[in-house]
Amino acid sequence: MSSRALRQPLSLRLTSNIFLAFWCLVAAFPIVWIVVMSFKSPVDAYDSNALNVIMGPATLATGNGLSVLDIILGIVVIWGTVIVATKKLPSMVLSYTKPGQHWFGWIIGVLALLIGFLVVFFVVLPAVLNVLNPLFGPLGRDVLGLTTEHYKTVWVDRGFSSNFRNSLIVTAGVVTVSLTVGTLAGYGLARSGSTLAFWILIIALIFRALPHSVLVAGYLPVFINSAEWLSPILGDNAPTLYGKPFAVIAVLVAINQPFTIWMLRSFFQNIPAELDEAARVDGCNHFQAFRRVIMPVMWPGVITTGLFSFLLAYNDLLVTSLLLDAQNQTMVPAIVGMFNRETTTTDQVVAVAAAVSITAPLFFLVMIFQRQIVSGLTAGAVKG
Amino acid sequence: MNFRTFAAFVGPSVFMMLLFIAFPLVSVFKQSFYITQPIYETVEVETCTPGFLTQTCTTEEVSQPKLDEHGEVITRTEYVGLQSYLNVLEPERAWRAITNGEWNVLSTIDFWKALRFTVTFTLITLPLVVGCGLGIAVLINNAAKSIKGPVIFVSLLPFIITPLIGVLSINWLFRGDGILTATMEWWLQRDIALFAQAWTIEILMMLYRVWHVAPFAAIVFYAGLQTVNQDSLESAVIDGATRWQRMKYIVVPHLMPLIIFVSMIHLMDAFRTFEEVVGFSSQGYVISLQWLTYDFLVPDQAGNRSISRASASAMLTMIGIVILLIFPLRRTWRDHKGGH
Repeated sequence: MSSRALRQPLSLRLTSNIFLAFWCLVAAFPIVWIVVMSFKSPVDAYDSNALNVIMGPATLATGNGLSVLDIILGIVVIWGTVIVATKKLPSMVLSYTKPGQHWFGWIIGVLALLIGFLVVFFVVLPAVLNVLNPLFGPLGRDVLGLTTEHYKTVWVDRGFSSNFRNSLIVTAGVVTVSLTVGTLAGYGLARSGSTLAFWILIIALIFRALPHSVLVAGYLPVFINSAEWLSPILGDNAPTLYGKPFAVIAVLVAINQPFTIWMLRSFFQNIPAELDEAARVDGCNHFQAFRRVIMPVMWPGVITTGLFSFLLAYNDLLVTSLLLDAQNQTMVPAIVGMFNRETTTTDQVVAVAAAVSITAPLFFLVMIFQRQIVSGLTAGAVKG
Repeated sequence: MNFRTFAAFVGPSVFMMLLFIAFPLVSVFKQSFYITQPIYETVEVETCTPGFLTQTCTTEEVSQPKLDEHGEVITRTEYVGLQSYLNVLEPERAWRAITNGEWNVLSTIDFWKALRFTVTFTLITLPLVVGCGLGIAVLINNAAKSIKGPVIFVSLLPFIITPLIGVLSINWLFRGDGILTATMEWWLQRDIALFAQAWTIEILMMLYRVWHVAPFAAIVFYAGLQTVNQDSLESAVIDGATRWQRMKYIVVPHLMPLIIFVSMIHLMDAFRTFEEVVGFSSQGYVISLQWLTYDFLVPDQAGNRSISRASASAMLTMIGIVILLIFPLRRTWRDHKGGH
């Protein structure tokens, strides 16, 4: 709004900002609220007074709580970590690694930071606070009820860690395979102006609209009986595809393919075709041009598309709940069993803790990759 | 690029789509005309209870599934034509209900109930999503530069969250004496049970959907707002256009392609709504088409999945999507042809 003619009156700006604040509240409230609930005892979590839910008197009464000092020092440690991560880490990575190997430096750096944070936050800090709290009188007394027992129940007793591992396997598989297959296809489609390419894209668009239940209805009988019809090819130890993670990976990759190729195609169209033409003039064939010229510059687009593949695989409920058996169950279908069970309020808060556990990785994902997600959302749309 | 190179690049992707999307489609279509059942045989079973002097024996005829030599149930697949469709649609009952004007009878048939909800859900949320998205985009665009980043971060959260978890988080706010229900009760001074009737659940589902999709629409529209021609806005001001008129005659037409894009994506996604039914555990009151298919596919108490009925309802869902998308698609097709 550089122009004077378009300057807005103060009242309008004020109203606009109030509405924006209201929207942010609406957007964040449900998520913030379940995070708060997950740390409280059931009595507090389901209290009808909002203040009681936040302060947690019943949780405090059982001896779980934080003092003012705890809160202050905790915030200081988290703030310090954020400062180190955003200010110090990039320059350190750049100075300690050779050009071209920055990614390796980043992995080491992030891991070191993560381990350092965990050690300081969960080992050093409690030990220091145990000594300090009695010394500070009223400041050292517990004021905010907070308990992590529900998380212990979820991860240790309910075996959520094995669900987490299965989710990890499925998402990692889906992201790798769908990017490998999709990148090639996206590049091919972006560089070919043929009618065939156009029709592949249109059919992919139609495939994107299909309800996933239609596809699963097609897989189920085939997967359950797969040992029978695979045995002529593979012999007696033909696998039953039903319940196997690799079968689900293949299915999710295929479901995701239409979206992936559309998105990657629009990214590849932004890379000037002159680049690979120059490489072709210098004597590369198409594959060499792709490998030597395109691959070094394609990563922003690939990372963005990978994020969306990750989200699809991570968030999927329908396919995983129907095609995986109990021992290979991923996190999202597992939580359905948790909250649908005939439950006490304790079980419900445990389900809340599980829900927060599922959300936490997504939260960090948005924090780190916000720019890529936004560019991904707009790439498909603005370029048509 | 010649055909062989093109095929080498695109081949794996096309192969996967054929194998895992096109082939299941064909097989679902075929399955919907066949039914696989265990073969039952009637056997006379003599059950004897010990009694005084003689045993009392009764023979009764029991029908039980036939077993082969490995002790597994023999199944038979037979062609039944449109029978599975008729089982899902129940056309006679539905027609009788329509001619008698008994809408509550029609809503006892699962398919029509699901269809009714899915269509109203899709069509009501569509304008809400576009409207809210546009509103939020304008608000973000108005905001000071320094707060845009954090605001976009917060806005992305509802969109990025696992749909089931999003539904559950809304559910926990309202379920029983959840915090928002309690607040509403305190405000209105009356008892509120939001999960005891269908229409309140439907409103909550729509609220969730708008909360979930509006950020996506907002981000897309916000990107579009950056490319609005500032000169035409300024000349509109000089011509005396009000804020509202500028919005209506310059900004919205500029965003029109994006609005169509968002609407199409939303139509596709809302028509296959599924997580809402699971997350709100609303199957007693409200079900959606995709949930109906899912329910047929989940094994029942005897461990049987009604695959053929699921296939029939899946095919019917697909027909619904085709009808829903045919108008926007025809429009884009015409634009595409006109543009070249």
